[in-house]
Amino acid sequence: MKTFSYAKADDAETAVRDAHVSGAKYIAGGTNLLDLMKLQVETPEKLVDISRLPLGEIEEREDGGLTIGALVPNSDLAADPRVIAKYEVLSRALLAGASGQLRNKATTGGNLLQRTRCYYFYDTSTACNKREPGSGCSAIGGFNRVLAVLGTSEHCIATHPGDMPVAMRALDATIITLKADGDKRRIPIGDFYRLPGDTPQIETVLEAGELITHVELPAPPKGKQVYVKVRDRASYAFALVSIAGVVEVADGKIASAALAFGGLGPMPWRNPAVEAALVGQAPSDAVFAAAADALLADAKGYGSNDFKIPLARRVLIATLRDLTGE
Amino acid sequence: MFGFGKGDTNSLTMNKAHPESLLDSSAQDVIGKPIDRIDGPKKVSGKATYAAEYALDNVAYGYLVRATVGAGKITKLDAETAKAMPGVIDVITDYATFLRNPQQGGETEAPTQGVEQVAYYGEIIAIVVAESYEAARDAALRLHVDYAPSEGRYDFQTHRNEAEKPSPQQIPPYHEQGDIEEGMKQAQHRIDVTYTTPSQNSAAMEPHASLAVWEDGALTLYGAYQMPASDKQQLAKSLGVSADKVRIVAAYVGGGFGSKLGIAPESVAAAIAAKRLGRPVKAVMARQQVFDATVRRSNTEQRMRLGADADGKLIAIGHETITSNLPGEDYFEPAGMATHFLYDGENRLITHDIVRLDWTLSGSMRAPGEAVGLIALEGAIDELAEEIGIDPIELRRRNEPEQDPEKKVPYSSRMLIPCLERGAERFGWAKRKPAGTDRRGDWLYGIGVASAARSNQLQKSAAKVSIDGQGKAHVETDMTDIGTGTYTILGQITAEILGLPIEDVIVHLGDTDAPPGAGSGGSWGAGSSGSSVYLACEALRGQIAKAMGVDEPSMTLKDGRVIADNRSVPLAELVGDGMEATGEIAPGRQEKTFNQASYGAHFAEVAVNVVTGEVRVKRMLGVFTAGRILNEKTARSQCLGGMTFGIGSALTEELVHDPRNGKVVNRDLGEYHVPVNADVPQLEVEFLHERDIQANPLHAKGLGEVGICGAAAAVGNAIYNATGVRVRDYPLTLDKLLDGLPVV
Amino acid sequence: MHFTINGQSFEAEPDIRTSLLDLCREHLGLTGSKKGCDHGQCGACTMLVNGRRINSCLSLAVMHQDDEITTIEGLGTPEDLHPLQAAFVRHDGYQCGYCTPGQICSAVGMLDEVKKGWPSHVTGDLDAPTFDDGEIAERMSGNICRCAAYPNIVDAIREVAESNGDTKIAPRQPVEAGA
Repeated sequence: MKTFSYAKADDAETAVRDAHVSGAKYIAGGTNLLDLMKLQVETPEKLVDISRLPLGEIEEREDGGLTIGALVPNSDLAADPRVIAKYEVLSRALLAGASGQLRNKATTGGNLLQRTRCYYFYDTSTACNKREPGSGCSAIGGFNRVLAVLGTSEHCIATHPGDMPVAMRALDATIITLKADGDKRRIPIGDFYRLPGDTPQIETVLEAGELITHVELPAPPKGKQVYVKVRDRASYAFALVSIAGVVEVADGKIASAALAFGGLGPMPWRNPAVEAALVGQAPSDAVFAAAADALLADAKGYGSNDFKIPLARRVLIATLRDLTGE
Repeated sequence: MFGFGKGDTNSLTMNKAHPESLLDSSAQDVIGKPIDRIDGPKKVSGKATYAAEYALDNVAYGYLVRATVGAGKITKLDAETAKAMPGVIDVITDYATFLRNPQQGGETEAPTQGVEQVAYYGEIIAIVVAESYEAARDAALRLHVDYAPSEGRYDFQTHRNEAEKPSPQQIPPYHEQGDIEEGMKQAQHRIDVTYTTPSQNSAAMEPHASLAVWEDGALTLYGAYQMPASDKQQLAKSLGVSADKVRIVAAYVGGGFGSKLGIAPESVAAAIAAKRLGRPVKAVMARQQVFDATVRRSNTEQRMRLGADADGKLIAIGHETITSNLPGEDYFEPAGMATHFLYDGENRLITHDIVRLDWTLSGSMRAPGEAVGLIALEGAIDELAEEIGIDPIELRRRNEPEQDPEKKVPYSSRMLIPCLERGAERFGWAKRKPAGTDRRGDWLYGIGVASAARSNQLQKSAAKVSIDGQGKAHVETDMTDIGTGTYTILGQITAEILGLPIEDVIVHLGDTDAPPGAGSGGSWGAGSSGSSVYLACEALRGQIAKAMGVDEPSMTLKDGRVIADNRSVPLAELVGDGMEATGEIAPGRQEKTFNQASYGAHFAEVAVNVVTGEVRVKRMLGVFTAGRILNEKTARSQCLGGMTFGIGSALTEELVHDPRNGKVVNRDLGEYHVPVNADVPQLEVEFLHERDIQANPLHAKGLGEVGICGAAAAVGNAIYNATGVRVRDYPLTLDKLLDGLPVV
Repeated sequence: MHFTINGQSFEAEPDIRTSLLDLCREHLGLTGSKKGCDHGQCGACTMLVNGRRINSCLSLAVMHQDDEITTIEGLGTPEDLHPLQAAFVRHDGYQCGYCTPGQICSAVGMLDEVKKGWPSHVTGDLDAPTFDDGEIAERMSGNICRCAAYPNIVDAIREVAESNGDTKIAPRQPVEAGA
């Protein structure tokens, strides 16, 4: 860990002012940032402690949605009765992530920004375009069991490791930010993350010093909600494949579908073609297979992660059966 | 043998059977009882002191620096820039003296030294010392090192055809008996399959740690070590000082599983730094460095051939293994160890070849040999049973040997079949269904069985036991308790023989100022160290009898009183200014004239998800025999631990080496998947009554490893029974099962 | 900097980079909390901060000056053990002892979470969590025990939860069941 200056902010406006210098980072739960700082993967020159900002509430809005403060810990969000009642997919995703201790500390805003668990990103002795742009990608041609099969580039095949953001993607969450100039911004989660392309170091559309203050969930979607996570241990492991699914069946047909995927891509993955293959159709294995085809049409394995492609297909079909069954 | 005076030494070499044991004739009735660990209250309250936790004044913090090439020579190391950083005291290099790799267990020589020519990625090449841990870590990670890289050997598959026969050593690498080819030809039923297992890491919860301090030319090293007596020799040789100038303290060790048998690179780095600085230096490996630079269990490739006649009697057993290690290292993973004696069969071929790779040193990890060897043997036995169409337990029954099939010596005791039968009865084995037929919703269920066997070893071990004026006994040996329960069982042996309440026995371990013990490894700790304590206590009984003025055999010791001759006298009144005796045990002819081993049977039930291939162990039972069980509670825990290691090696554990440079890729506990609580059901353990009079005066055999032996195979066999898919490439991760599962 | 740990006040001036774990172990002589991985991947460092279990290795000391921190030393002493500490001894819920302080602090926090009605990954009905061996195992999965005392840890926690009376635990099937 390189040394840093430390400033504790009491309100969001002070925080963004404090953070408006190069090399500054916000710290709240710190569970990922400190992890990476110890390894000098992250080397901020300044930490702005936002852990005491008044952003720890979950509020119901008039439109029936929820506004979640960026500092709400994962465990509180998962256990919130309103979330359990209306956004079960989110509770389930949160509970599938990390451990009890980590969920107690990790925050809603921070969890959106969790960085990849690529083995090579974590090891500063290896080439990694995300950590050190232009140095190369060691995961391509290396061991890549946990890495991406969708949305990759020749520069980076990292996966986004999160669970919560996958559910939020299926729920069409909106991320509310405060910018350094004091402006607020509303960013649909679908626009929040960036594909790696040739700049894998840039993972979101956040500007320097921009602070996530809230996440808004729209009014609860109709239909059944599930979160399925497949991993190498029964608990306390990152997803190989995960699916957040919300599907409504009416009059024997799929009326609406929202499906987001973890473990497959550099961001919580969602592909309109998957949903297009489903909506308006009567649930059937052929329809589910078409959805899987749509999801995986451009999938590309890199050796040790090849299995994710058939695995994702199997899990998607089984999940759709579950979502559309009695 | 009686009439010892104060300070007597009672020595025994196991050259003949020891049919009588004081543990049977004593009256305290504490031996074998499931008493709580005597060190427990300290452990649960955070008061047990591990190596890095001794409060010394003026400690400087060391952080180890790793090599970041797989092979090559260090050409430049920029110490000056690091030294200029705030808080940094020094960057210490001593290329010739630093350990290239750890030492193997029990060796009395230094391990391979010299780090300038880098032997593997992650080799420890320097130590940065600073006033704070944070400053040392920062400087170490930023230390700039240049290398002249060279070609390396990094891929097992690429080099497997260059495997060589290891040099002759304690464990003979080859055994050939009869004619395997002819045996296979004659066989009615044949299995010829290849199992593979990956590199693994012990991943003890306490990272390797050394806190070194020099005083008047003598080194005290508070270290996380399993075998202080030989570790002290290794350390002295490495540093070029005489052994009497080195003291190792390892009172509490946070797990070892083989990885702390020999000294590891941080010890010498800390010792050199402490000497140069003239102040104590603490060097704790980062978890990643534990993966990089301690020992791994070698990966294995094991060709298993089994040939049986029409009745299922084995006539051919072939177990040809290839493992890997660094150039110049003697150790090989003895994967065929249990195959030598587990089943009958006249034509036998057991070989161990080794591929030289520039990977992290391979060495001992819990049950070296059997733990991975039985994956292949017990998997193949299951396959043979399927091939013949008989029950796998019946197949084992038909191949139960009357004597060691190679050495032609009797077994000291062997209850493999009773373990299998008892387990089968308890586990509901008779209800096992044909492979792939028990589907419940999205899960396929199956059960599997495997034999457990682990050779019993006795090691030279010494202990001193004294009785103070209050009638309390003190046990002193440099033996360790790495979680094995040594504190408690040595206390129980002493309490039993001297007739004391367990509270009146104080056990001091892990300090090389005390008599040299066997150390913890190879499942020999309890039998060896326990016997030395037994012998010391036996001598003390003689002294007590003499003080009482009675014949030793007529004397009963119980609850702190000496009872004989119609008198009952408090022990404290007889000891005067104290009594003491030393006990020494040594292995002898009995290990040659008898085959000694612990046995068991594992039963596992798994559920395999038909969609994902995820495997969940639903139930697991281990039935074991290991001679006398010294403490039913700690013994059971040892088996739980072994069985869980088995679950890990069956399902999740794989240390991955990058084929481009040998680097350990998944070098943390997030990606090297040891089982978590949710991976492990409420395992059950049962011990069958047994005594082994050839083993030692305790009649106890090794227990720390038999629990892992065969455990992974039972899980693998259960997965086959669940799915009808036989995967031979461990661990059995879901990706390997997908192809064989029903279409979704 | 000022800290409140186990009800006691401490003053220390550690490096700004010091974790809460290293503050306790290296500066305050509280070595009960253990460092197993330093990256939140093992749970040996678990402490209670304002009653919640967290990984102290992934926490900067400087950020916890206003918090009430409880370490294993604050739960009980060898002479006066906390009920969970005593249960771990009785059930042999450890072997080497290195993960144990973290396991016990985690169990204290976990039982409090159960009392609050928090669900887990294995909870069937999130509205009405039930409690059984599987729940204990899942909720304790952030604490690795390589000696693998897991079944004993579950037994110890189960016993304490039952004796508290505020948590209803589903009965257990013996190994003979099934098949």
